[in-house]
Amino acid sequence: MAGDLVNLTTSTFDEVIGAADGPVVVDFWAEWCGPCKMIAPILNEMATELSGQATIAKLNVDEHPEIAMRFNVMSIPTLLVFNNGDVQKRLVGAKGKAQLMQELDEFLPSAP
Amino acid sequence: MSGDTSTQSPSVVRNLIIIGSGPAGLTAAIYAARASLEPLMIEGEPSSTSDQPGGQLMLTTEVENFPGFPEGIMGPELMMNFRAQAERFGTEFITEKVTEVDFDQRPFLVKVRDQEYRAHSVIVSTGARSLWLGLEAEQRLIGHGVSSCATCDGFFFRGHHIAVVGGGDSAIEEATFLTKFADKVTIIHRRGELRASKIMQDRAHANPKIEFLWHHTVTDLLGQDSLEGAVVTHVETGESQTLPVTGLFVAIGHQPNTDLFKGILDMADTGYLVTQPGSTFTNIPGVFACGDVQDHTYRQAITAAGSGCMAAIDAERWLEANAHA
Repeated sequence: MAGDLVNLTTSTFDEVIGAADGPVVVDFWAEWCGPCKMIAPILNEMATELSGQATIAKLNVDEHPEIAMRFNVMSIPTLLVFNNGDVQKRLVGAKGKAQLMQELDEFLPSAP
Repeated sequence: MSGDTSTQSPSVVRNLIIIGSGPAGLTAAIYAARASLEPLMIEGEPSSTSDQPGGQLMLTTEVENFPGFPEGIMGPELMMNFRAQAERFGTEFITEKVTEVDFDQRPFLVKVRDQEYRAHSVIVSTGARSLWLGLEAEQRLIGHGVSSCATCDGFFFRGHHIAVVGGGDSAIEEATFLTKFADKVTIIHRRGELRASKIMQDRAHANPKIEFLWHHTVTDLLGQDSLEGAVVTHVETGESQTLPVTGLFVAIGHQPNTDLFKGILDMADTGYLVTQPGSTFTNIPGVFACGDVQDHTYRQAITAAGSGCMAAIDAERWLEANAHA
């Protein structure tokens, strides 16, 4: 897995989630959302730091509202954590990095 | 005097730490950085429900009254500009929340969990955060119909009937913005008239999608996984009815973020910090306060920015007078 954040679209969403090896965090966001802007740099850092352990992805709800509707997203930012193709966790609202890392911890391969 | 401030090494003693990054804190940072004080800004942690980096404007829509933007500017964009300007002059940022301060010792101690930062002076600009209704169902339904951020969440209520609670400028601004998406917006207000400014009131009254429910408060929220309705009660008769709304935006006011400073800095009964009139001096020499955390009267981005500028100048002169700079 590369350390880059993956930009999802309606057409790539299922494929990326299905093919991922390990957890996938999807950030539902939009350009007009202030708190989304605040967490964007944190997600970029996480993509690099968790490279090989988790996929960090984002989905623009403005451009791909059907995916947001499918997962009942009614507030952004919302982070959905997928594992083996299913939603395992829903984090609504912006949070700090320490808290996000803690929320993700249970899905990461345990340290040797 | 300040040593090497180019690293985040906690042992460094800095000239100035600024706590809080709304218009007040970031303006203080711009001024202090340009005065070569190399400020450290501890800007807070992202949040959609409480205080957050950038302050209250991060949750707002169009700002029409900030001078210099004749066409208006989006709140988050304005704050990103403030931040970029502070960064340009060398402000160092930490995107975390201060957990403890000790102003008894000098240099002052500011803690972020187990990280310790020291500085000769501190500017407190922690601002204020939105109040919630305080209903049991509310926290469960945040993000599932209940929101305090119209810009973030209005989009998801296309064609719905939604409610806005409150009667001040922010309530009316949110309601007006939400009519872009919603079919109908009901403003629920506990009084019989609005506190909002005349221009905002006129705009709301002229908007055919907005209706008012006067003298009512929200007493319960219905729905398990998403909001299905709001129970509203008349403040005098006690009579209740259910509004079939799928979205509810809360804009009932703010409270200052001063928990960190209880027993340390002088504050009013309302929790707002007390500053010496005409200045940003607190009761502790070397600690300054600016913006909404010490202003329950004006509470505007521009007044916050103005007092942030005052705080930076007060800090700079105080550091000079006390041979710290």
